[in-house]
Amino acid sequence: MPDLGKYADAVLGAYAVSLLLLAGIVALSLWRSRRVKAELEVLEERRKSNG
Amino acid sequence: MTALLMRDLQLAIRAGGGFGLALAFFLIVVVLVPLGVGPDSTRLSSIAPGMLWLGALLACLLSLDRIFSLDWEDGSLDLLATSPMPLEAVAMVKALAHWITTGLPLVLATPLFAVMLNLPGTGLNALLLSLALGTPALSVIGTFGAALTVGLKRGGLLLSLLVLPLYVPTLIFGAEMARRAAETQGYQTPLLMLAGITCGVIALLPFATAAVLRANLR
Amino acid sequence: MAHRSSIWEYANPRTFIDTTDRVLPFFAWGAGVCLVVGLIWGFFFTPDDFRQGSTVKIIYLHVPSAMMAINAWVMMLVASLVWVVRRHHVSALAARAAAPVGIAMTLIALFTGAIWGQPMWGTWWAWDPRLTSFLILFLFYLGYVALWGAIENDETAADLTSILCLVGSVFALLSRYAVNFWNQGLHQGASLSLDKEENVADVFYFPLLVCIAGFVLLFIALVLMRTRTEIRARRIKALLARERRA
Repeated sequence: MPDLGKYADAVLGAYAVSLLLLAGIVALSLWRSRRVKAELEVLEERRKSNG
Repeated sequence: MTALLMRDLQLAIRAGGGFGLALAFFLIVVVLVPLGVGPDSTRLSSIAPGMLWLGALLACLLSLDRIFSLDWEDGSLDLLATSPMPLEAVAMVKALAHWITTGLPLVLATPLFAVMLNLPGTGLNALLLSLALGTPALSVIGTFGAALTVGLKRGGLLLSLLVLPLYVPTLIFGAEMARRAAETQGYQTPLLMLAGITCGVIALLPFATAAVLRANLR
Repeated sequence: MAHRSSIWEYANPRTFIDTTDRVLPFFAWGAGVCLVVGLIWGFFFTPDDFRQGSTVKIIYLHVPSAMMAINAWVMMLVASLVWVVRRHHVSALAARAAAPVGIAMTLIALFTGAIWGQPMWGTWWAWDPRLTSFLILFLFYLGYVALWGAIENDETAADLTSILCLVGSVFALLSRYAVNFWNQGLHQGASLSLDKEENVADVFYFPLLVCIAGFVLLFIALVLMRTRTEIRARRIKALLARERRA
């Protein structure tokens, strides 16, 4: 860890918030993508078996 | 077009919520401001221009969802869309009716409320002018927002969320003009900007409003 | 595979999903590599600024996110125009997909901007013109997303949100100038002047470029992924409606 001096809290805080938000939007997008894909597969299967 | 205007005005008066509601709300805001920030007259003086602008803006916001909702519910809006009058004109007339029932009374009532908030005398004329120039823009922008949310059941909050960011330029220049005048500074720049925005909005936004109405009526 | 005669072929949802199937991993990995390399380089291997101390390290997050916050809206504007003119559903869905990413970028820009300003201004928030403009942009994003969620009919929703995006863009620009005017008297020259005005030294510039690249690639990857999700969600809606009618 580099010596951040008196601004350590500010810099680390900034990085923490940003990485959290980035991780958040990525996780949210991935989760929704998987959920929707799974739901669509169920429906497509049903449609195929129903004719 | 005049027929539509008269009809809207009559509806507003009959419904009772028209002229009086905006004024009553403005009064409430003017009463709440000192209760919120303390009765110190110098402090009230310095925030008076901005607070009066905010009060007028919020009072305009109140009556926005009424602009199209009655006509939407009873099908008149569909009739208006098929009538020979272009939807752009409908949008303008609706905005004008809103201004006559909301913006205009507010401007007329402002001298009284300005006294209550200790507005410096030097600022009153500029404040009135800024409100007279700015409230038409608020009505036209509000009409656009009302068109966006016309079909929605509880669209009021969404309407505010959509419209308030659009109010920012008008608010900034209007309040700044009033503030500078109150501090006896020159206020040409905000005046010109405010007038420019209002003119641009009146000239162009009805087209967007009409497009929105068409989309909603499809 | 049919020959792609023009970019509009990708407006076909099936084509879009097939193409992005192949392309998305590159953007995702590219984003990951650039972000990791750029941030580690910037955080660990750059010196402090003689004026701002170690807070200069915040630029590796603040500048790219601020750029993307604006670019996301511009992309939404273009996509909205494409919808208005050519009515390609994928375009409307892409705009819808981009908005939450834009919101995340705006929030990052706001937080990093505020935190960066704290040592200089002594407060955690200051009504600096740039920060205020980003706050207003955040409100525009919120309204846009809220409107999409409120309208039931897909075509109508695409129409209304695209018009809102167009109108909103004009007002966002107006607000930018208004806010600059509004705050010009106070912090003359003390606003968060960034690399656009000053010359950023090379030692900071190159890791910054890598971070910017990372954010751009991440934005593209996320929007592509989210648009695919929107297309699939639309298809689910159609299938459910068909089942209900049968």
